[in-house]
Amino acid sequence: MSNSAEKSQTIIAEIKKAHGDTISDIGENYGYPMVTIKKEYIHSFCSWLKNEAHFSFLVDVFGTDRFTSEDRFEVIYNIFSLRTQTRIFVKTFCSEEDPTVDSVSDIWTSANWNEREVFDMYGIRFNNHPDLRRIYMPEDFEYYPLRKEFPLIGIPGSIDLPNTTPDID
Amino acid sequence: MQVKDINDKVSPVFFEKHQRAIYKALEDKHTTIEVDTDDPLSTRMILNMGPQHPATHGVLRVIMELNGEKITKCKLDVGYLHRGVEKIAENKTYQEFMPYTDRMDYLAPYSNNVALCTAVEKIADIPVPLRAQYIRMICCELARISAHLLWLGTMVMDAGAISFFIWTFRERERIYDIFDEVAGHRFTVSHSRIGGVTNDLTPESIQKIKKFIDDFEKELVDWHKLLDKNRIFIDRNQGVGTINHKNGIDIGLTGPTLRATGIAYDLRKVEPYLQYDKVDFMVPTRTEGDNLARYHVRMEEMSESLSIIRQCFEQMPTGPIRTDDAKKAYPSKDEVYYSMEGLIHDFMMTDTGVCPPEGAESYHAVEAPKGELGYYIQSDGTGHPWRLKITSPSFKNLQGLEIIMDGEMVADTVVIIGGVDPVMGEADK
Repeated sequence: MSNSAEKSQTIIAEIKKAHGDTISDIGENYGYPMVTIKKEYIHSFCSWLKNEAHFSFLVDVFGTDRFTSEDRFEVIYNIFSLRTQTRIFVKTFCSEEDPTVDSVSDIWTSANWNEREVFDMYGIRFNNHPDLRRIYMPEDFEYYPLRKEFPLIGIPGSIDLPNTTPDID
Repeated sequence: MQVKDINDKVSPVFFEKHQRAIYKALEDKHTTIEVDTDDPLSTRMILNMGPQHPATHGVLRVIMELNGEKITKCKLDVGYLHRGVEKIAENKTYQEFMPYTDRMDYLAPYSNNVALCTAVEKIADIPVPLRAQYIRMICCELARISAHLLWLGTMVMDAGAISFFIWTFRERERIYDIFDEVAGHRFTVSHSRIGGVTNDLTPESIQKIKKFIDDFEKELVDWHKLLDKNRIFIDRNQGVGTINHKNGIDIGLTGPTLRATGIAYDLRKVEPYLQYDKVDFMVPTRTEGDNLARYHVRMEEMSESLSIIRQCFEQMPTGPIRTDDAKKAYPSKDEVYYSMEGLIHDFMMTDTGVCPPEGAESYHAVEAPKGELGYYIQSDGTGHPWRLKITSPSFKNLQGLEIIMDGEMVADTVVIIGGVDPVMGEADK
């Protein structure tokens, strides 16, 4: 346990040294380093993480709806370093009026589907994404289901379903 | 002669209309073919497979562009089993949500239960008694064997051997019987609880598990004999669906599919949870990255699982199976039936459940049979999660499948899908 705490302290110190002026917040959260960064810097920070700090394995990208008036949406990156066996979380925010974040799919190819999922569920658009389509819901669905204002029962009539009653002419 | 469909080839001599209709129906079954008019030799076409196709292991839809028998490119369409599990989670207490996790990776429900419970225990700081941790480990490894057995049966069946499917299902049936004895359910077990497990292993179930691991070891030897040097099986799998470790990491493969490329990424070793740092086991890897390598990795994982279960039985202490703190876990049924406080606590646990601190967020992942299964929980201080994100391994592996399939033969698609082993319930959430 002390070993992993040591490793996360090392990576925190390394990030502070290289990106001390761009990151908004850094700390340890339940044993993992967590970095908060403005969305302007996310792409350059991620490429630094991969190329200089050896965080080569992107585990997940996902969104959260904080339902606040400013910086409503949160995008969290879960990245693992196979060399030092540490995990890091990177967080960025975007507003409801301008829900766009730079895509990292040119850094890690695996971000492709994960970013599509975030787009599908929250409507956050990723700049320079190669193939930004919905992934679970059909393209003609107009809502973003994981936003907090979307009701649990769904919106009747929002999706065309095949007729389930037998044809009686 | 340019052959466009089967009807050009046949020349029926009697009942011509009927014959033509039947050949047309045969042509249209499972597939839709569009002939490209710009292509003089008409070797290129679009083939749509699924979502309703027996070989796609669920409701996966694969759209391929073929050049002759080669897949030039392919796209996957997922989401046919999307049930909005993450949305449901935001409206349930943590314990209430657990039965939904059974329906995610329905081939290894126990691993899913444990993944959720360990994640909640981490964020809410709930201790788990040692005996419960060992029970969870034993059942997780049984779930791993059961999931790998289904993979083995269907994958060998996809490669052409039907009878093997029945042998693996015979063993799976015995695991179901064990879960029936342990949890009271055969399939969707929901045995784990936040803070421990529902009930202790009975002497009958311990005896059943011990008998199973002894018998299964012999069974595995027989299967190795049948498949390891089987000409047909090797020809069908060697060099098929190859991906190297660099691309594997880049596209985010996980579980046995990643380990078959040579990366020993196993969360039981990398970030040990439960008591996995106390047992001695190996992480099987191969470097070829093809379907045969995935077969070897999974087969060896099953024997490692057997050894983990044996060690768990040796190390397992006696003691409580659920944490004895009514604010953090369900009280035992004895307490509920015979004391007022127990009843109140049981009611409170059902109504509100555990409340992690406000603003806390944490991630915990376990090594499910398919790979890294993680739960990221954000709490707002109530009994419901504000956000619960499930990192599902099948989703990651399916994304890799899009890369793996390019350049392969169309006849190998079913074997490759079988080898990557996605579960759509988990990929689509």
